[in-house]
Amino acid sequence: MSGYDDIAFDDRMQTVEFRVAERAHIVVDSDVCRSCTTKACVSACPANLFAPTSDGGILFNYEQCFECGTCYQVCNAEGALTWTYPDGGHGVVFRHG
Amino acid sequence: MTDVIVVGAGPAGAAAALMAARDGLEVVLLERGPFPGSKNAYGGVVYGRVLDDVLPRWWEEVPVQRWVTRRSTMVLTDTQALTVDFRTTAWGEAPYNGCTTFRADFDGWLAGKAVEAGAHLVVNTVATGLIVEGNRVVGVRTDRQDGDLRAPLVIAADGVNSFLAKEAGLLPRTQAKHLTLGVKEVLSLPREVIDERFGVRGDEGVDVELLGCTRGIPGGGFVYTNRDSLSVGVVVSLEHLAASKVRPEELIADLKAHPAIAPWVEGAELKEYTAHLIPEGGYDHLTPLSTAGMLVTGDAAGLCLAAGLWLEGVNFAIGSGLAAGRTARRIIETGDAKPYRAALKDSFVLKDHKRLRGAPRLVLSERVQQRYPGLVADLVEGLFTVGNPTAKPGALRLLRGAAKNNGVKLRHLVADGLAGGRVFK
Repeated sequence: MSGYDDIAFDDRMQTVEFRVAERAHIVVDSDVCRSCTTKACVSACPANLFAPTSDGGILFNYEQCFECGTCYQVCNAEGALTWTYPDGGHGVVFRHG
Repeated sequence: MTDVIVVGAGPAGAAAALMAARDGLEVVLLERGPFPGSKNAYGGVVYGRVLDDVLPRWWEEVPVQRWVTRRSTMVLTDTQALTVDFRTTAWGEAPYNGCTTFRADFDGWLAGKAVEAGAHLVVNTVATGLIVEGNRVVGVRTDRQDGDLRAPLVIAADGVNSFLAKEAGLLPRTQAKHLTLGVKEVLSLPREVIDERFGVRGDEGVDVELLGCTRGIPGGGFVYTNRDSLSVGVVVSLEHLAASKVRPEELIADLKAHPAIAPWVEGAELKEYTAHLIPEGGYDHLTPLSTAGMLVTGDAAGLCLAAGLWLEGVNFAIGSGLAAGRTARRIIETGDAKPYRAALKDSFVLKDHKRLRGAPRLVLSERVQQRYPGLVADLVEGLFTVGNPTAKPGALRLLRGAAKNNGVKLRHLVADGLAGGRVFK
């Protein structure tokens, strides 16, 4: 088993169309994340949008989000994630889903 | 005057809008994406027979990639693979059984049928919340300017994350325990290469379901043939994936590197990477199907059948949507959602779920996921390895050895065999 991805993650995400909205549809309260011991969002997010910061917080980028819901479903810190759908017509556009 | 607001133009919403519009109701069908299917991804196969009565000869126009004429179930360990492979020409001719398709194509096609029947499809529009009066849903708020829409009936077909069902108190905000994450790669390959590698011709296609390829995280994998691409992916328990700290795309990479799978995907190029949650709690964890003024359908209701041998969702979405659309007029007249629930109870939608209610737990159990793949593979390897000059060991001795090597006691085998008999009877 390789244990490694066979394609650079950026290249992987380049295959997906995103119509990026101005409004961030997911907001992370990094102060809440600092007290989180699992940070499950970091590994589980299929788009790899959550990055731990050196001070124990979370850096988040909404632009290449699949809108799948994984992050808020695995998040165990109440109030850390505010999750809505992007504004109509924006966000991910799957062609071969 | 709008009679019915359907939220979500996936298969459930499109089916609901189609039947309600045919019944002469004024229907608005909301879709948050730029076109139906643009937010959707699935692991597979659309079983279209549910449409036989509704769209006669649907198979002549459905945007099919390939008709599945070959269905394989493959059990994997790191170094072994055991496949049960079935094929029939019957599935390659009308009225067919299942097809592979892309959701952007299929969902758009079905929503088009609703529009032909008179439903008003409004894309690029998010239903941001419910309008509630008393204890009754009387409409939805949208992100359009002056976007409040009111109607005597709202049909929530807004998918696995259904914020409408959550707002109505029907669905808990989080429930990772009953969700799986599906990640999928669509990989380009020339059509004739796919035909050759999978032993099919013309419109024939293959559906391969995989067990034992997810590093012990409960779930499975799949390989499907499209016309000139393969869909390869895994579906894993969200709870266990999160706990494992494994990244989902690594599981696909593992799968593609497996000695049984690698020759199929060699030289293929990534065309698109997708991800979606799937409600797999089964009958015991369905969303309540209605509240005053609102019906819940499809993934929003938890109507995905993940029962090991059967992995179906789009057909259940369509089945529940058709039932909602068919009963909409009566429900508007009486204010009581009973006809919808009764229609589901009488159809395959709830019958199949009820019958297979024990399947999710058995299929995702530790032994089925982590021990039995190795056990059966070791057993078969023992059977077919010719160890001369040693004479053949008996099958029972091989079974005992394989069970022992994989940490399974014979009484577990008996217990799980009986449990399987009960679940799948």
